[in-house]
Amino acid sequence: MNDIFEITEQFSGKRFQCQDGHSVLQAMERQGQRCLPVGCRNGGCGLCKVRVLQGEYRCGPMSSRHVPVAARAAGEVLACRVYPLSDLTIERLAPQGAAANQQQQ
Amino acid sequence: MEKGVMRPGHVQLRVLDMPKALKHYVELLGLIEVDRDEQGRVYLKGWTEVDKFSVVLREADEAGMDFMAFKVRNDGTLSRLTEELAAFGCALEEIPAGELKGCGRRIRFVAPSGHCFELFADKEQTGKWGLSEVNPEAWPRGLQGMKATRFDHCLLYGDNLADTLRLFTEVLGFSLAEQVIDPAGNRVAQFLTCSMKAHDVAFIQHAEPGKFHHASFFLETWDDVLRAADLISMTNTSIDIGPTRHGLTHGKTIYFFDPSGNRNEVFCGGDYHYPDHPPVTWTADQLGKAIFYHDRELNERFLTVLT
Ligand code: FES
Ligand SMILES: [Fe+2]
Repeated sequence: MNDIFEITEQFSGKRFQCQDGHSVLQAMERQGQRCLPVGCRNGGCGLCKVRVLQGEYRCGPMSSRHVPVAARAAGEVLACRVYPLSDLTIERLAPQGAAANQQQQ
Repeated sequence: MEKGVMRPGHVQLRVLDMPKALKHYVELLGLIEVDRDEQGRVYLKGWTEVDKFSVVLREADEAGMDFMAFKVRNDGTLSRLTEELAAFGCALEEIPAGELKGCGRRIRFVAPSGHCFELFADKEQTGKWGLSEVNPEAWPRGLQGMKATRFDHCLLYGDNLADTLRLFTEVLGFSLAEQVIDPAGNRVAQFLTCSMKAHDVAFIQHAEPGKFHHASFFLETWDDVLRAADLISMTNTSIDIGPTRHGLTHGKTIYFFDPSGNRNEVFCGGDYHYPDHPPVTWTADQLGKAIFYHDRELNERFLTVLT
């Protein structure tokens, strides 16, 4: 079975490979890519939020504040907690939120 | 401490996975597990702390801080401060003794910043971990990881810093030790102390109320901070930034994340404060240097990643 999956980030058009058992965000960081913002890397801050447009995956624990049940069902998940089971097409979602809060100070 | 508030007493943090959290806080930070309760909460402390616990972990489906508590001198002080908090306009809740095991009654209130705080006067004293009370040795054997000595402070992000400052100084007797002022003259960061430490709690202006930036633990030396950095790499723990030095407080520091994305700091050194000292001021145009003295650059993740 193939244990290297290809991840395509739609917004930037960037592609990178993800080993079986690695999170999408971890794989992106290891390959020196920056198409998703990196926060806590542990499912708590919501910075790395993406929508999965295509493909199979499983998820680790994610803060419900950033991924309520309904959003999760719609494929909105945290890239640091997404473990691909096939090639994935994803789209970044979160960055404006955090950056916008910062601007308002 | 002029109003009788002595020190940070405990912080309750929400974690997504308790076994992973314990591996982090016990094996990596070196906190000591001291108790558990029926709710499944786990109680921890740093080895130098005399009171029974200072960190409580609660498993939940979202990360962040439930509350931070301060210990006051005695029950009379607690009653007096309760009245003063009510007069200030805080909504109060009394949590009965024993709700946290070994802790007396707690008065809970929400600060204008949106954060939940507590005051309490009594907590079981179990003494420094692994040392006898008489003729104590320098340190106990058997400490793990970073060997964090104590829970030191929290940095919190929220709105309405001005009223929060009034509450902490006028009602609770804290001093403003350090601050950051923006070009319009607004205070955008305030470091507050009820002791000689540069901060016992700090706030940074943020549109969304009630956010948690970090809980910090004290180490003795710069060498300990460097060793903490080594341990962070050895365990593949998610790092934020450091080891480096802050301009604000001048502490030597490293930041990293727990397995639920809550930020932790371990640090050593830093400035001291007496109540007659004027606040140390940084200007917002030097914010990069104020936060990270060596990089002298704003770090996006440090400013925006919160739980
Ligand atoms: S980086 Fe914080 S939730 Fe993914
Ligand atoms: Fe800190």
